[in-house]
Amino acid sequence: MSEKVINDFSVTIATVNGSGSQTANVTLLRALFKMGIPVSGKNLFPSNIQGLPTWYTIRVSKDGFVARRDEQEVVVTLNPVSFARDLASVRPGGAFFYADDIRLPIARSDISVYPMPVKQMARAANVSPALRDYIANMVYVGILAQMLGIDLETIKQALSFHFKGKAQAIDSNFTTIKTAADWATQNLKKSDPYSVAQMDSTSGFVMADGNTAAALGAIYGGLQFAAWYPITPASTLAESLNVFLPQLRKTTDGKQTYAVLQAEDELAAVGMAIGAGWGGLRSMTSTSGPGISLMAEYAGLAYYAEVPVVIWDVQRIGPSTGLPTRTAQGDLTEAYFLSHGDKQNIILLPGSVQECFEFGWKALDLAEHLQAPVFVLSDLDLGMNQWMTKPFEYPDTPLERGKVLWEADLEKLNGVWGRYKDSDGDGIPFRTVPGNKHPSAAWFGRGTGHDENARYTEDANTWENNMARLKKKYDTARTLVPKPVIKAAKGATVGIIAYGSTEPAVEEALALLKQAGGPKTAFLRLRALPCTAEAQDFIKKYERIYIVEANRDGQLRQILSAVLPDQAHKFRSACHSDGLPLTAKWVKEAILAQEEK
Amino acid sequence: MTTPAPVQTNKAGLSKNDYRGLPSTLCQGCGHNSIANQIITACYDLNIVPEEIMKFSGIGCSSKSPAYFLNRSFGFNGLHGRMSSLATGALFADTTLRAIGISGDGDTASIGMGGFKHMVRRNAPIVYIVENNGVYGLTKGQFSATAEVGLNLKHQGTNQYMPVDICMEALASNATFVARSFAGDAKQVKELLKAALSHHGVAVLDIISPCVTFNNQEDATHSYTWGKDHEAPLHEISFIPALDEIELQGEFAEGTVREVSMHDGSTVLLKKLEKDYDPTSRANAFQMLESTQLNNWLVTGLLYINESKPTLTETFNLVDTPLNRLADPDLRPARETIEKINAMMF
Ligand SMILES: Cc1ncc(C[n+]2csc(CCOP(=O)(O)OP(=O)(O)O)c2C)c(N)n1
Ligand code: SF4
Ligand SMILES: [Mg+2]
Repeated sequence: MSEKVINDFSVTIATVNGSGSQTANVTLLRALFKMGIPVSGKNLFPSNIQGLPTWYTIRVSKDGFVARRDEQEVVVTLNPVSFARDLASVRPGGAFFYADDIRLPIARSDISVYPMPVKQMARAANVSPALRDYIANMVYVGILAQMLGIDLETIKQALSFHFKGKAQAIDSNFTTIKTAADWATQNLKKSDPYSVAQMDSTSGFVMADGNTAAALGAIYGGLQFAAWYPITPASTLAESLNVFLPQLRKTTDGKQTYAVLQAEDELAAVGMAIGAGWGGLRSMTSTSGPGISLMAEYAGLAYYAEVPVVIWDVQRIGPSTGLPTRTAQGDLTEAYFLSHGDKQNIILLPGSVQECFEFGWKALDLAEHLQAPVFVLSDLDLGMNQWMTKPFEYPDTPLERGKVLWEADLEKLNGVWGRYKDSDGDGIPFRTVPGNKHPSAAWFGRGTGHDENARYTEDANTWENNMARLKKKYDTARTLVPKPVIKAAKGATVGIIAYGSTEPAVEEALALLKQAGGPKTAFLRLRALPCTAEAQDFIKKYERIYIVEANRDGQLRQILSAVLPDQAHKFRSACHSDGLPLTAKWVKEAILAQEEK
Repeated sequence: MTTPAPVQTNKAGLSKNDYRGLPSTLCQGCGHNSIANQIITACYDLNIVPEEIMKFSGIGCSSKSPAYFLNRSFGFNGLHGRMSSLATGALFADTTLRAIGISGDGDTASIGMGGFKHMVRRNAPIVYIVENNGVYGLTKGQFSATAEVGLNLKHQGTNQYMPVDICMEALASNATFVARSFAGDAKQVKELLKAALSHHGVAVLDIISPCVTFNNQEDATHSYTWGKDHEAPLHEISFIPALDEIELQGEFAEGTVREVSMHDGSTVLLKKLEKDYDPTSRANAFQMLESTQLNNWLVTGLLYINESKPTLTETFNLVDTPLNRLADPDLRPARETIEKINAMMF
C-alpha cells in the first residue's frame, strides 16, 4: 500500500435513480462534516424519476477546497449499467467497491477492489420487502464507514437529523450500517491508502442548500407574495417557502402575512408577482431558464412601468429544455437584456449558500428601493446541493420599502406629486399603492408611453426624457447593488473575474496556479450587475483579465465588453459548460494555456 | 337671478362626475363606450367609493377603456392577454378593495384563454368583463376567436372555425357568476354590472359590444342590428342593494319573480319572461347556452350564480390589515428566530 492519504480525496457513488440512495449519500456527507472535515457533495442526477444511472460525488479536503474534482479515488457502484464506466473512472491506486451481485469482469490490477454483499445483507435486514432496495444503500454506508474510518457516531447523528429524530427509522437504518461495518471488519482487508480522520475545520459552519437559503432569506426580507410554477432546479425554492413561511410568518392567531400561489405557468407566475408588487407587496417568483424565457414580456412591463419584483433564476443548462438536471451559468445575458426595447436589468449573483440567504432579503429591498425587477441568478449546483456554509445572519438593515407615499404623506404635499417625476435627482420616482384613500393617490399604470403623471402620451420628447431617467435610475442602482469581493495580490498583473457557484473552483485554481509557477493573480468575485465602480477599477488595474464562467459563450465577458469597450482588449474568456460544476484543474489549465500564448 | 341646480349626489356623497374618467379616444359608437358609461352609473348607484376599486385590463380597444371611467381609482393596463395574472397578484394587496377587469375577445379568448380560465377556476374576486366584438379592433379588424363561422371581413376572408363561447368556457371552469349582455341594452348591462359588483367571487360578464368600424355588418353576430333582432333576454333583471330591499318589494308580481340573494345581503330580482329559468343550476346554464346557440339566439341575462364558494383570497386566511399596510415587525421574523433556523440546518 502506498503512503496514506488522509482527508484529501473524492468519493463517487453510482446508483440507480429513484432507489433511495440520496439518504445514504447525504448521510455520508453529513457524517464527514460532523467529523470536522471540510466536505462537499454533488448530486449528478438524470432527468428521470426512476431507473437511470445517477452519481453522487463527495470531496473531502483538509485544505478546505470544496470544488468538484474529475479524479475519483474511491468509487462505489451498485449499478450494473454504469459498472464498466465506474470501474474505469477509479484513479490508479484507488479503491473500487461494488455490489457483488453484479457479475461483470474487473480487469484492473492497479486498484483495490472490494465486493459488497449488498443484496444478501438487505435481505437479511429486518425490513419489509418494499424497503429492501432502500436499506441496501445503507450497506455501502456501513462498509465505506468502516473502510474509510468514518465515525459511526457521526453517522448516527446524520441519520437522526435526516429522520427528524424518529427512533424506528434511525434504528433500522443504523442496524444495517453497523452490520455492514462489522462485516467489512471481518471480511475486507484494506489495501488502498485513502481514509478520513477527525479534524476541527467545520465548527462555525452548517450544511444547507442554496434554494432553502434563498427562501429563508426572502422570508426574513418580509416576502409577502410569491407565485411560481414547478421546474427543476428551482422548485425546492418555492417549496421551502411553503415549509418555512407557516413557521415564521403567522400571527399569534394563526393568520398569514403572506400568500404563495402555484400559477398555471411562468408567464402567469411573474404576472401575479408583478401585480402584487404594483399593489405594494414584497413579491417574487422563482424559476429556471425556460421559465425566464416565458417571462420576457412581463419583465419589460415591470422595467418600464417601474414595478418592484424579484425573479430568482436557478439556472440549468440550456438552450431549450437542455439538460434539466445539470448546472450552468448560461442565463446571464438573457436576464441582463430580458424583454424587448432598450434596457438593462439588475442582477444579483450569489456565490455561496450564505449569500443566497443574504440576497434573498437584499433583492426585495433593492426591488422596492429601485422600483424595478431584480433578478437573482443562482444555479443547480448552488441551489440543490448541500454545502458547508456560514450560518445565516439576521439582516443588519431594516426593510427598505422605497419611496411610497401614503395618505399622510400626500396630505403634506397637498396632493401634488408625479408618479414618474424625478424629484430627487436619482432617477427614482415616488409611487402610491392601491388602498391609499387620498383623492390624488390613484394613478393608472401602463406599459404604454406615459408622462410624469402616468398619463398616456406619444410625445417624442417625453418618451426620450423618461427613458433617460430610467437609465439614470440604473446608474443609481450601480451604487446600491452588492459590491464585489476582491482578493488582491501584491505585484499581480493578471486579474480573474468570476461569479456565482464557480467561486470554490477559482479559489482552488489560484492555489494551483501558484504551485505551477503561474502569474501572480488577483481575484474579483462579481456579485451584481450593473458593474459597480469597484469592479470597473479592478478591471482597469490589471493587464489581462480572465473571466471564468460556466457557459459556452463567455456571457459576462460579452456584457463587460459592452459596458467597458476600452477595456475589452484585456478580456480573456475561461468558459466551459458541459453540465457539471467547473473544476479547479480546468480553470488553472484554461488560464495557463492562454498565458503561454 | 337663478341659483344653479344643486349637484345630485349618492349616499357616498359623490356626484356622477366623481366616477368619470378621461374622455374616450375610442371610435364614436363603439360598444365599449356605452359599457364604460354603465360602469360609471352602476358604481354611482351602488355608492361605491372610487378609491375602493382597482381597475385592470389587457391590451386592445376594450382594454383602453378603464382610462375612461373611475379616474380616482387605481388602475393597471397591462399586457395583451395577461390581465388575469396581473390582477390575481394585485388582489392580495388589499382585500378590502373591489376589482373590475376589462378585456376583449382577443385578449381573453385567444392569447389570454389559459390565464382567464385559471383566474375563473380560482374564483378570484373580480368583475371580469369581456367586451366581445368578434374582431381584433385595435389591430384593425382581424378575426377573433369568438367570430362566427362564415363571417366575412375585409382583408381577412371568411372565418372557417367554430367560435369560442366565453360563457361556456367560464361555466366549464366553474365560474360562480356568468352573465351575458348586449352593449345596446344599457339597462340590462347596468343591472348585471351591479349584481356582478356585489358578487362574492369571480363574475364573468360577456358583453356583446359591436365594433362599428370593423365588424358591424347587419348579419354579423356581434353587430348592433343582429344583436337587437336576436337578443333573447332570459329574464328582466333588477338589482336591489341590501339597503333598499323593502322599498321595491311591490314592483314585481308574485309568481313571476325569482330572487337571488347575494352574499352581502342584496338581491337580484329576475322577472320571468319566456320560461322559469333557474340561474342557480349549472346544468341549466349549459343547456340554455346550447339550445339558444342552436336556435341562433343571443341569450342574455344572468345565466348562473353561486354565492357559496370561498374566493381566492379567502382561501388564504390572511390577516385583517391589508397586506400592503403591514410593516417591519409583522413582516420580518424576530431576531431570536434566526438561531432556531440555523439549528434546523445540519
Ligand atoms: C404579445 C402581443 N401580441 C400582439 C399584440 C397586438 N394586439 C394588440 S390589441 C390586439 C387584439 C385586441 O383584440 P381584442 O382583445 O378583441 O380587443 P378589441 O380591440 O377588439 O377591443 C392585438 C393582437 C400585442 N399588443 N401584444
Ligand atoms: S376599432 Fe372597433 S373596437 Fe376599436 S374603438 Fe373603434 S369601434 Fe371600438
Ligand atoms: Mg375584440
